[in-house]
Parts: sequence; structure tokens; C-alpha cells
Amino acid sequence: MRVAGEGLINRRRRVEFTFDGRVYQGVEGDTLASALLANDIRLIGRSFKYHRPRGLLTAGSEEPNGLVTTGRGAGQEPNMRATMVELFDGLQARSQNAWPTLDFDLMAVNDLAAPFLGAGFYYKTFMWPAKFWEKLYEPVIRRAAGLGALSMRANADKYEKAWAHCDLLVIGAGPAGLMAALTAARAGLDVVLAEEDTRTGGRLNAESFEVDGVPGRVWAEEVTRELVAMENVRILTRTTVTGAYDHGTYGALERLSPWDAAKKGAPRECFWRIVAKRAVLAAGAIERPIAFQNNDRPGIMNAGAVRAYMNRWCVSPGQSVAVFGNNDDAHRTAADLLEAGVHVSALVDARHDAVTSLDVPFYAGAQVCNSEGRRGLEAVSIATASGIEKVKAEALAVSGGWNPTVHLTCHMTGRPVWNAEIAAFVPQPGAIPGLMTAGACEGVFSTRGCLEAGVRLASAVLEDLGVKAPKVDVPGAEDSDYDISPLWAVPGKGRAWLDFQNDVTVKDVKQAATENFRSVEHMKRYTTQGMATDQGKNSNVAALAVLADVTGRGIPETGTTTFRPPYVPVSIAALGAGGQGKGFAPQRFTTSHAASVERGAPMIEAGLWYRPSYFPKDGERTWRQSCDREVGMVRDHVGVCDVSTLGKIDIQGPDAGAFLDYVYTNLFSTLKVGRVRYGLMLREDGHVMDDGTTARLGETHYVMTTTTAAAGEVMRHLEFVHQGLCPQMDVRFVSVTEQWAQFAVAGPKSREVLNGVLGEAIDDESWPFMSCGEATVGGVKGRLFRISFSGEHAYEVAVPARYGAALFSELVRRAEALEGGPYGMEALNVLRIEKGFITHAEIHGRVTAFDIGMGRMVSQKKDCIGKTMAARPGLTDENREQLVGLKPVGAVKQLVAGAHLFNEGDEAVRTNDQGYITSVAFSPTFGHVLAMGFLKNGRARIGERIRMVEHLKGVQTLCEVIDPVQFDPEGGRVRG
Amino acid sequence: MTPLDGMAPLAIGGMTLSEVDLGRLTSVAPYKGRDAALGKALKAAHGMGWPEPNRATGKDGARAIWFGQRMALLAGPEPAAELAEHAALTDQSDAWTAVTLEGPGAADVLARLVPLDLRPGVFAPGHTARTELQHMMASVTKTGEAAFLILVFRSMAQTLLHDMQTAMEGVAARGRP
Repeated sequence: MRVAGEGLINRRRRVEFTFDGRVYQGVEGDTLASALLANDIRLIGRSFKYHRPRGLLTAGSEEPNGLVTTGRGAGQEPNMRATMVELFDGLQARSQNAWPTLDFDLMAVNDLAAPFLGAGFYYKTFMWPAKFWEKLYEPVIRRAAGLGALSMRANADKYEKAWAHCDLLVIGAGPAGLMAALTAARAGLDVVLAEEDTRTGGRLNAESFEVDGVPGRVWAEEVTRELVAMENVRILTRTTVTGAYDHGTYGALERLSPWDAAKKGAPRECFWRIVAKRAVLAAGAIERPIAFQNNDRPGIMNAGAVRAYMNRWCVSPGQSVAVFGNNDDAHRTAADLLEAGVHVSALVDARHDAVTSLDVPFYAGAQVCNSEGRRGLEAVSIATASGIEKVKAEALAVSGGWNPTVHLTCHMTGRPVWNAEIAAFVPQPGAIPGLMTAGACEGVFSTRGCLEAGVRLASAVLEDLGVKAPKVDVPGAEDSDYDISPLWAVPGKGRAWLDFQNDVTVKDVKQAATENFRSVEHMKRYTTQGMATDQGKNSNVAALAVLADVTGRGIPETGTTTFRPPYVPVSIAALGAGGQGKGFAPQRFTTSHAASVERGAPMIEAGLWYRPSYFPKDGERTWRQSCDREVGMVRDHVGVCDVSTLGKIDIQGPDAGAFLDYVYTNLFSTLKVGRVRYGLMLREDGHVMDDGTTARLGETHYVMTTTTAAAGEVMRHLEFVHQGLCPQMDVRFVSVTEQWAQFAVAGPKSREVLNGVLGEAIDDESWPFMSCGEATVGGVKGRLFRISFSGEHAYEVAVPARYGAALFSELVRRAEALEGGPYGMEALNVLRIEKGFITHAEIHGRVTAFDIGMGRMVSQKKDCIGKTMAARPGLTDENREQLVGLKPVGAVKQLVAGAHLFNEGDEAVRTNDQGYITSVAFSPTFGHVLAMGFLKNGRARIGERIRMVEHLKGVQTLCEVIDPVQFDPEGGRVRG
Repeated sequence: MTPLDGMAPLAIGGMTLSEVDLGRLTSVAPYKGRDAALGKALKAAHGMGWPEPNRATGKDGARAIWFGQRMALLAGPEPAAELAEHAALTDQSDAWTAVTLEGPGAADVLARLVPLDLRPGVFAPGHTARTELQHMMASVTKTGEAAFLILVFRSMAQTLLHDMQTAMEGVAARGRP
């Protein structure tokens, strides 16, 4: 219910929203959580395992119970914490994990079965048979227990990633964080101040006390105003720092406000990578509940959360509220409730020596031991020295003390340290290089102490960075004692909840210890405590304290489990921002792309490149028809194909020839200017890395081509060889792949086509096979290479890329006039298989020059990369799988790439494997299927028969082993 | 034809993305022990010094941009013939898509695409870097207080446009970083 007061809300601005389909009203400044409480809705969700009715426990990101699904359709978001959802007009929120409705949940039958569903239940019950787990047990369990569901549709929302760099990252904008940021900013440091909340101020927004003579939140506003005005400060509100990583890098998730996110082009969330010279962690502390029987009833909340709802949002969780605590902080809650005019039905303090001046029913040395109510709290039972007393209350504010938010300090394996005085873990100093902790997250709980810590820490950072610290006055503020007496669980029967989100009780932890899961890490895994979206922020310390108690160890010896990033759930969409759809990888388009698409060519991806698969003509219904026609066109007339995607590397310098001799197996220093040679390149381990042609354009000038797929790899390899292995060589190289648009013109009429565009006509004498040089192409300075990947009389002609589109159109036009035309990747593949040319299907990384029949290309006259390693006995064994051709001779005329080869009569099992097929094509030239593959001792077995078995599709046939070069083995055609 | 086919400048939220024609682009890579001689020749022929790592020299129309280990990209003039005595010269005029991003939010846009520290005190006019722009390798040069020259492979022009526009819209929608 809404109570009197100013708070941080605007009552005049009403906001309409729905929860489970019903319309409610809140006001500007509300979260979904505060608006639900204002509408007296206490039951918000059902618990994970037992489907117990649950209400809000907290007012922050640590909320374990108040999980809802927001939005509709593809953009629906599950497991949103109601405490973090800002209210806006039209917000649609739904409860989760209840069926058919939140009020009447059939799955609550699980709660009745609770005696059987305790810790380790799943492990013990669903042990065998193993195959039942996936098919039966898991789906059933997942339906019965669970959280929200994804829409299962592609999310159309935009997400973003960004980098920020600063001198100082301040994490948390409470009193300590604000003072640290102010001190550093006044000294001129570049400061990023990250705050999870929608506004700065931290606990000051939730408390009633003053700073510097004004309400705390007003003071925070003033400091923030000063910071905002400074150019060296960036304040990121709604931003949770989620992880601490190496070298001062932090991950942070920024949620845009609903109204900002609704703008055109705006992202919903932004995942920041913040690189900071230093960081101050001022993340505050998280209050912990006290476990007692039925302490999970809606209406039972953390005391600090009750104050936050009262002071910030002017809502009370009930008409009458009881307070239960073990520290002085709890008393504040009663005072604030009274101040707002809410009836306080009891103030229960577990400490025997506690006193109060408040006019409320006071129980010192007493404990709340049970609760009652149907779907929400109606009364609590108080165990006093004289017996059990029942007190009516619609809400109970509980404080078991505060746990410093140490999480980030543990992200690089640091372990927090037990501080007995505050009965909590505090950060281990130096656990994150360059990060220091300030304020409540270090265990300093007074406001004055936090303000001082902020100034002190920032000054230390300034000194460390050699910057003079400015004088900053620490404002006056409350400096009261905390005085806690630990209380983890109230003794008694029944189930007392520790981990609300995962339904883990005190009994479960004890059971784990009984079954010898005594290590805190084992206990966690056995009970699932701390494993849900809240990562046990409310429950970890209490759970391990209970474990320490039953195992007879101290809390420091028991230790904590490991806190890992992210601190709060981060949507995968934010982590992968920019990578959706076409953002996944850059698209590389050739200069002929538009013309190819215009001709209806389906484009296929080759690495990042897009290349035409084939160019369909009217009447062609299948790709094979187009492909067969294009193959015939090249063999009989002429074809044009864009080969710009092949890597091209410009190599210059006095040692260019020597360098090539070193990276290629064969000689290039002896190549004549104006000539091209095929080269084979090995990795250091002696296996084939890549192949291609290299042309000598001048005495000290070569241009190397690589395969499309290995262009980057070869460039990197050359850099490595030059920088690492032969830095003495005077050679320079640079990629020119993008500079030149290059087209293959292949077929008997190729020269006729080219002579139409060349400035000077060529013939066999001026441009014999494997010659190269500069040429004027359509008036533009270009390059011409007489090389062939099809076995035909062919050329590759290159022009600067700006002329690529024009030249492609002109070549195609001229080719078409001669019964030719463009051809795509499918035809290119068929042509090269007919000719026995290899691609990376064959040189796949496990083959040697010997395997592909190029052993003699490894020159004996010189050394080269990989030569020694390629000479290892195992790599030249005659029984190795060697490159062969194959054609079907059995009844089945199909060959399949990836199929394996077996001797006739052998069973088709791994141990009988004789080899495999790498490339397959239907050859229109020969009228049957042709394949290339590797066969044990294959070169000696040409003419033999071998059985092909493809286990996946169940295809098998008999093949004849043939020479891989089927088309024009003498090579007469390439020479014209 | 230019890589972005002479697209009209894209104006979003006070920022403008424009394709630029830098003229002749030449990668210049000195041979062994010729660095100093090349620097002199470059100064004499084109008026700018040899750029140190992560620096660009010259100005609009004639700029030498550090482009990698002992390599610069000469942008603008036809390289003087004598440079070839000291360095490998390679024509790259058609190899790169060149755009400028200008306007008050330019650095915020780039902060969504490149990992560089772009704070004014760190990355000042005349500074350059070879870096990753979203998933592309790029050259980013600061040419003015709120102006950047960005180069990516010619073939990736469309992806550059897509990524830049997405980032510009994201920054513009918030009004502030």
C-alpha cells in the first residue's frame, strides 16, 4: 500500500501496466516491484522446486523470488527481476513457474512431496537406466521445476557492445563511490562511475538520514550534478559491472531506460568492456535473511528492502509490520515505519542485551520461529524465554546482518576473508590487481565511514598515479555502531529456507553434511544452493554457516564457494551484440557481384567471399543442367569466371627470389621475368599448406597467388617466416588481393575474347603458356597471365578493382557472342576435377607433397620450409594414402565425397579402411561421375577395383582406381 | 567505380559518414637500412615526414599513414619515382574503402566498433592505428578534433556501411554516450 511521504516518485504521473493480464496503476519512479506492493500484490511467483508461493524478498538485483517474464512475442524476456524492471506505460509482466495460475498452482503438489524431494533426490532416484535420463526424467523434471521460458523465436531487438577507457573506474555510486569519484575527478582523472541503479546515491536513496545537513538523496543529487558537469567524468547508471578480468578490464551491462530503448535505432542493452588504470569497488553490501520455519511466506522481506520501499517509493508491504533482527540496523526499520505512520506490531531482537527507545512492542533476546498465512503473511510466532507468542503482522522485516558485496574481488580466484566483528566475509586486499575496495563492501557500515573511505581510496589512487590529491571535505553523516550478534537459523522443526530461489533449506544442508558432502563446494552441488540466477547472493554465507555448525568447524575454515562472473545475469544477446544475422561475419563482395546476382546466380560463401554457384538460363530446372552446360561451354567455346577472391601478394626486393625459394618447395629464383610457375608451399611440419601460381613481373618483383581459403593464412605464414626465420633477407610484401579484379577467360576461344579488349593483340608467340606481363585492357593498365585451372587454353586478366565490374560485363558480352558466357563455382569444380587439379578438399592439412604425387616438386637443390620434416620416414611410406582418381563401375553410378574405400570382400569397418573420397563431380565431358580421393599405395593400384561405402547415406558401389588426371593428360590444350 | 559507388553522405544525430576519394594510394615499405633515406626522399618529394608507428603525417590531400611494421600508406599524390630506390611501392588505390566520420559523437560511435582508447588525450589528431572494426581489420586515423578517416578492405564496403550506420543510430538514439 502507498503511504504518505515524498520519496523519489512522481505521484502526479500515473503509469498503467499489466500483471498476469490484469491492469494496474503505478506512478513515475516505480519499479515493477514497488508498484505491485503499492497495489497490495504480495504473491509474485512460485518457487523453483516446490512451487511455494513467494513474494519479494529484496529491492535490488539480488532478488531471488520476484522473477517475471516481460514483453510479448519474439522479444519476451524471462526471469526479469521485478525489482529491476522500471515501470512504463504498457508494461506487460507475467508470473512464471505456475500452472494453471499463480494463485492456484497444481504443481504445488510438489510441496506435499517435499519429504521425498530433499537434497540429492534427483541423484538418488534417477540413477538408472541411464538412457531414461534424457528421454524421460529430465523433461519431466524440467517441466515441474523451472523458471521462465524463451520465446524460441529470433529476437529482433537491437543490442550493443562498447568500449570505454578511463583512469579510474568507480563501481557503485553510493556514499563511498560518489566521494571516490568526486575526489578523483576534481584531480583531473578520467573517471567512469558505474551504478546499477537508475540513479546515483546507493543506500542514501533508501534511508531517511541526512548527509551534510540535508537528506542523503539530496546530497547525492548535488554531488552528481557536479560530476555530470565535468568533462572528465562519465556516469553510467543502470549499469552493473559484471566481471573483473585481466589487465584492468571489466565487463559491465547497461540497461537502457524503457523510454530510451523505445527510440528508433536504440539498443535495449549495451555490454561495456571498460579498461581502467585503477578501480575502486564501492558495491555496498547485501542484507541476509535469518532462516526460520516458513520464512519464505510472501510478506517476509529483508529489513533494508522494507526501508527502501518505504523511503524511496512510499509503499509499505502491509498495514502492520513486525521487525526481526540481530543488529542495530533492524531498529532503523521500525523507526522509519513509525515515522511513515505504519503500525509496528513487534520489534524482535535476538540479542539479549538489546534496548530500544521506540514506542513499539519490544522483544529482546527473542526470535521469530514460525509464520502463518495462506498466500501471504498473517501472523508470526515469537519464541521468548517465557514461551511462544503469536503476533499479527502482514509483513515481517528481517535483518540477519549485511554481507559485503565481495563478488568482483573473487573473479580472479581471490578468496574473501572472514571478519568476526561484523560476522561477514570481506574482500581479500589485492585480489584484483589495480582494484581497491571502499565502504560497505569492505565492511564499513556507517555513512560517515563510507564517505571517508571514498576520499581515502581515491587519494591513494591519485598518489599511486602520481597526481596531487585535491582537498575534499568529508561531509558530516551518521556514524552509528552496527553491533551484530550472529544468528543464521532459528532452531526448530519444519523447513527453514536458506536459498529461496533454489528451494534449499537448513535441513538440506544438514542432510548434505550427513551424507559426507562436507566441503562447501560439494554441499553447493549436492543441494544446488547458490546455483540459480541470483547466484545465492542472499544465501551463501548463511548456508555455509549452517554447514560449519553441523560439521563442527569454524566459518573461516569452511570457506566460501567460488564467485564467478557475471555478477548478474547477462543476456546472450548483449554478449553477442552486433553478431546477429549478417553481423556474424563481414561479407566480401567481388566487383562482379551485382552482375552475377542480376543474372540470377545463387551466391555461395567461400570464406567471407560470396561467389556465384552457377548462372541459370531459361529452361534450366536444376543446378546440374546449368553446370553441365557451363562445363561444355568452356570445353567447346569460352567461359568467364571471377577469380578475384584468390589471394594475391605483391613481393618485392633484392631477396624476393631467395625468399620464395625458401617458402616454396620448388625454385622461383630461376624463373624468367615474364613467366609464371606453379608452386607448392609446406608447413613447418612438412605437410602441404597451400598451392598457387607465382608470376615474375620484374627482376625483383613477383606476385604470388594463394587459394581463396588460405589467403590470410599464407600472408601470416610469410610474415612469420620473414620476421622470425630469415629477417636478414631484404624483401617486402603486401596483399594486393583487393587492388585487382581478376577474371579467368578459359576455352578454345579465350584468346579471341581477350584480343577484343587488349590494347595489343596477343598470339602463342607473344603469350605462350605460363607467360605473364603488363597489358593494356580497355585502355587501362592491367596484367595478363596465361594460366589454366580448367585444362583449357586460358588466361587470367587483372585490372584495378574500380574497373572490375565494367571489364566483367565486357568479357561476358564478348564471350556470349562466341557461344560462351560466365561460369560459376560448380563448373569450375567439375573442370578442375576432370583435369585432376587439387583444392583444399585434397590439401586438407594432413597430406604431404608425396601423397599428392608432387614429391619431386620438393627441390633437392635447396632447403625450404618443411623439407626436413617432410622427409621423415612415416611421411614417405609407400603405404600412405595417395591421391588417385575414381570412377564407378558397379551397378550404382554414384560416388559420394567423404565416403571411405575398402577392398572388395572386406567388411566395411574402420580397421579395413583403405582411404576416402575428397571430391566428386559428374563429368559431362566423360559422361559419368568422377572422383578424387586418397587410397593406400594408390598410385600402384591404378586399374584395380575398390569398394566405396558411405555409411551415413548407406550408398555403396564398386569403383575403378584411375589416374587423377583424366582430361587431356598430355596438356596439349593449355598450350593452344 | 568507388567501393561505395559514390554514396550520398549519411547524416545521423549530428554525425556524418561520407565516402572519400583519397586519390592515389601507395603502400611504401623501405628496404633494408633505407628507412632514413626514404624519410628524406618522402619529405623532399611530398612534404611530409615518415610516420612513426601509430602516427600519420601530412594533411588532407597528401598524407602518409602508418600502416604496419615499417610500412606507410601514401594517400593522395602519385609517388615520386625516386621513392622506389628506397622502398617497395605498391599501388593500393583500389584496395580500400575510405570513409570519414565527423561530428560530436564520432568517438562514441567508434567506441562501439573499435577497442581503441579514443580519449582526446590519448588519440589525438595525427594519431592512427591498425585495429579491428567490428569484425573487420581496419585503419583508423584521427584527422580532426571530431573527425576520423576509416579504411577497410574494398570488398567489405557494405559491411562497413551497415556496421557504421548501426552504431551511429545507437549513439544518436540516446543523445549521449
